[in-house]
Amino acid sequence: MPESQIELIAHLARRAGFGATREELEEYGKIGYEGTVDKLLETSSPQWMSEYLIRRYHPDESSMLAGLSGLEAWLYRMITTDAPLLEKMTLFWHGIFATGYPKVLNAKPLSDQIRMFKKYAMGDFRDLLVEMARDPAMIIWLDNQQNHKDSINENFGRELLELFSMGVGNYTEDDVKECARAFTGWTIGNCEYMELRSARDSDWPYGRISWHYEFDAQDHDDGEKEFLGRKGNFNGEDIVEIICEQEATARFIARHIYHFFVADEPPVPQWPYQPPRDPEAINQIVQAYFDSNYDIKSVMKFVFNSDFFKSEDCWYEKVKSPAELVTGVMRLTESVDRPQYEHSSRQLRMQYMGQTLSNPPSVEGWDGGTTWIDTGALVERMNFASEELGKLETPGSKELFSKIAFEGNGEVEADRIIDICLKHLGTINVKDDTRSKLVDYASENGVIRVIDQEIDDVGKEKIAGVVKLIASTPEFQRA
Amino acid sequence: MVTETKPRSLVIVQLSGGNDALNTVIPYGDGLYYDWRKEVRIEQDRVLKINNQLGLNPALKSIKNLWDHEKVAVINGVGYPEPNRSHFRSIDIWNTGESVGIGDSGWLGRALREIDPNGENPIAGVNFGKGLPRALSCRGVPVASVSDLENYGLFPDIQGERSRDLTLSAFSQIYGSAMAHDNVAQFIGQTGIDALKGADILRTAPAQYSSAIEYANNPIAQSMKSIAQVLTADIGTRVFYTQHGSFDTHAAELETHTRLWTETSDAIADFMEDMKEHNLEDDVLVLVWSEFGRRIKDNSAGTDHGSGGTAFVIGGTVNGGLYGEYPSLKESDHLEGDLHFNNDFRSIYSTIAERWLEVDPAIVSNGNYEQHEFISPLTSN
Repeated sequence: MPESQIELIAHLARRAGFGATREELEEYGKIGYEGTVDKLLETSSPQWMSEYLIRRYHPDESSMLAGLSGLEAWLYRMITTDAPLLEKMTLFWHGIFATGYPKVLNAKPLSDQIRMFKKYAMGDFRDLLVEMARDPAMIIWLDNQQNHKDSINENFGRELLELFSMGVGNYTEDDVKECARAFTGWTIGNCEYMELRSARDSDWPYGRISWHYEFDAQDHDDGEKEFLGRKGNFNGEDIVEIICEQEATARFIARHIYHFFVADEPPVPQWPYQPPRDPEAINQIVQAYFDSNYDIKSVMKFVFNSDFFKSEDCWYEKVKSPAELVTGVMRLTESVDRPQYEHSSRQLRMQYMGQTLSNPPSVEGWDGGTTWIDTGALVERMNFASEELGKLETPGSKELFSKIAFEGNGEVEADRIIDICLKHLGTINVKDDTRSKLVDYASENGVIRVIDQEIDDVGKEKIAGVVKLIASTPEFQRA
Repeated sequence: MVTETKPRSLVIVQLSGGNDALNTVIPYGDGLYYDWRKEVRIEQDRVLKINNQLGLNPALKSIKNLWDHEKVAVINGVGYPEPNRSHFRSIDIWNTGESVGIGDSGWLGRALREIDPNGENPIAGVNFGKGLPRALSCRGVPVASVSDLENYGLFPDIQGERSRDLTLSAFSQIYGSAMAHDNVAQFIGQTGIDALKGADILRTAPAQYSSAIEYANNPIAQSMKSIAQVLTADIGTRVFYTQHGSFDTHAAELETHTRLWTETSDAIADFMEDMKEHNLEDDVLVLVWSEFGRRIKDNSAGTDHGSGGTAFVIGGTVNGGLYGEYPSLKESDHLEGDLHFNNDFRSIYSTIAERWLEVDPAIVSNGNYEQHEFISPLTSN
C-alpha cells in the first residue's frame, strides 16, 4: 500500500469519523479507499456494548433534571463506536436541528432526540424531517405545542423552512403561515399536565414524566393551503414532501454537507451573501440528492468518493469542533473500553473548549470554523490533547514505544522519531516548517536509545514530549 | 482637577446558583418578611442594620464594615422583564445583556473590545475559574481563563524547567511559522502566540506580589488573591471575573448561605484591604451579582428559584448607599410568587461602562438604560 493511499484514507477517516489509528488505517488500506467508504457507510454492525449496558454506567441518562449523564453516554459512544460515521452524522444533524437545554429544561427528551437522529441519520431525508417535527424536544424548542388551529404559532413553520431545509429567501411570509397551519395539532400529548407540574415545582419541574408526541386531529387545521405554489389540504407530511422536492432544499443541505464534511464554509447567516467555496461541488451533491430520491446514505457515498472530497485542496480545511477533538484524542489513546467516571470530566473539558452538546449557542447551532478558536479555548484544546496523548501508560503510547523500539538497537534519529510519531497519531501531514521545528525539538531534547529492543523511562518521556508538541500544533487543531 | 492616570479595573464576582436576596439584604422592619419566611429567616436581633427597615445578613459582617465606610452601593430589586428561572438561561441573559433573543457576545467582551479594539493586550480580561464565562466572550477579544495562577499556561503537566522551556520555545516557533500559511493557519498561529504571551505575562505576577493580607483557604478567597496578584503586577488587565457558589439553596439554606456569604464577604474585604495597602483602592470596582433571587415563601429548609435580586458595587470611590427600590412583600405586588424587579441589571452595566471604564454604555449594556449614581459622572477637566 503506497503511503499516499494511506494518507488519503486518513483524510477520509478524519471526516467520516474522528480520525483513525495507524493500525486502523492499515486495515482500511487492505480494502482500499472505496472499500473503506463502503465499510464506513455500513452502520448496522452491532457494537459490543449495548444501550442497556451503557445505561448501567449512566443510570441517570434518562433523568429529567440535568443533561450531563446523557452527554457522557454519547461521548462514550463516539469514542468507542465501530461505526464512527453514524456518530458524525448524528453530530451533523444535531448541529442543524440544534435543540438546547436552556429552553427545553428537560434532559430525557434531549437524549431521546439524539437517539432519533441516530436512527434516521442516514436514511430518507423525508423521514428525518417528519420525525424531527414529531420530536417532543423540538416541539417545545420551537413552540409547536402552541401552534393551534385557531391561532397559529409560526416558530416551527418558519425554522423548518429557514434553518432546516431551504434557507432564507426561498419562500414567502405566506408560505411560512401555510406551513405553520399544516403543522397545527402536531403537539405534546401531556402538555397541560407538564405545565401544571412545572409551575408548582421549580426544583424538580417535570417529576419523572416525559413529554410524548401526539397528533391532535381536533386542533389540526385541515383546510386548503397554498404552499410554494401548490394547493391542497396539506398536513405536515405533505409539506415535508413538497419541501424535499425543492432545489433550494437540495442546495441548502448540500452546502451543509460540504461545510461539515468537506471544507469550512462561512457561518450559515452569511450564505445568502457569499457564494460557496466550490459551487461545482454543490451542484454535484444536489444532483446526487435528486438521483437517489433524497437518500442521505447515497449522497454521503457520492461525496466521499468524489474528486472534490479527495482533493488535497480540502485536506485540513476544517477546524475540529471540541466534540471531534476530544473524541479523536481519546480514540488515539485506545484507553477507553467501557464507560468511565472520567467521561464526566472529559465532557466538562469539551465545555471549557466552547461546545456543550444539546446546548447550542442559538437555534442556528454552532458556527464552526475559526469561531472554535480563541485564546482560552486554544489553551484548553492543546492542554487536553497533550495531557491525554502524553500519558505513558495508555495502550496507544505503549504501541508507539514498541514501534520505535522496532527500529533496532542503538540511537534513533530525530527525523525518524518525528515520522513515526506523526504516523502513529493518525498519519498527520504537517507543513514542512512545522516538521523541521519538530525535528529540531527532538534533537535538542536528546537522543533516544533502544537497548535490547526496549526504551528506558527517560527515552519514553522524551517521546511523550514529542507527542505533546505534535498534539499542540496548529495542524492538530484541524481535520 | 487632576486626571486619573492609573487604569481603572473592574472585578466581577458572580454568586452562581441564585443568591437568596431576601436573606442577604433583609427587610427586618417588615413583618411580612417573617410571615413568609417561617423557617429560612434571620431574626431581627441578628440582622446588621443599615437603616430602620433593612439590614445585612450577619454573614456579611465584613461587607457591613465597608458599608460603614461608605464604600458599598447596594442595588435592590435588580432583574429584567419576564424573568427566567432557569440557571443556564438567566446566567446567559446577564452575561450577554440580551433578554429576549439569544445574544452572541458578552457585555465584558464588548467593553474590552472598546478598550482595546485591536486586541493588543492578550490579558486585558482574565477569568479565574474553569472555562470562559460568556460575559467575556467577544470575537477578536483575547481573554485568558486561569484555574491556577501558579501553574497557568501551556503544558502545565510538563515537569522540569528545561523540558518546559524547550517545549514552549518549539511551540512558539511552530506557531510563529504558521503565520506564513493560509488564513486559518494565520489565525490559529496568532491565537497561539497570544495565549503564550498572556501566559508568560500572567506567570510573572505571583513573584512580584507581596502583601500583609492573609487570604483564607477557600476558593473565593484564593481567587481574590490571584486577582490581587495580577492587578498589583500592573500588566494591563482591566477586567477580572470569578465566581463562587453554589448559592442554589433549595435545602439546608441557613448553613450553606451563611458559609458562602462569610467566605465571599471576607474575601472581598481582604481584597479591598489589600488594594488599600497597594494604594489602589480608588482604582478598583467590584460588582457582585447573581442570576436570580429566590422565592419569597420558603420551602421549610430552603428556597426555590425566584426572581428579583440584589447586587453590590464596592470600591474606594463608590457613592455608598441604597439604590433601587426594595421590592414590596405584599402578595398583590408579587410576580408569580417572587419579588418584583424594579430596575434593570443593564442600568448597572451602563453606569459602569460610562462612568468607570469610560466606554460607550449603549454598546456594553446592549441598549439605553438609565444610569445609577453609585459612581459620580465623569467630570471633564
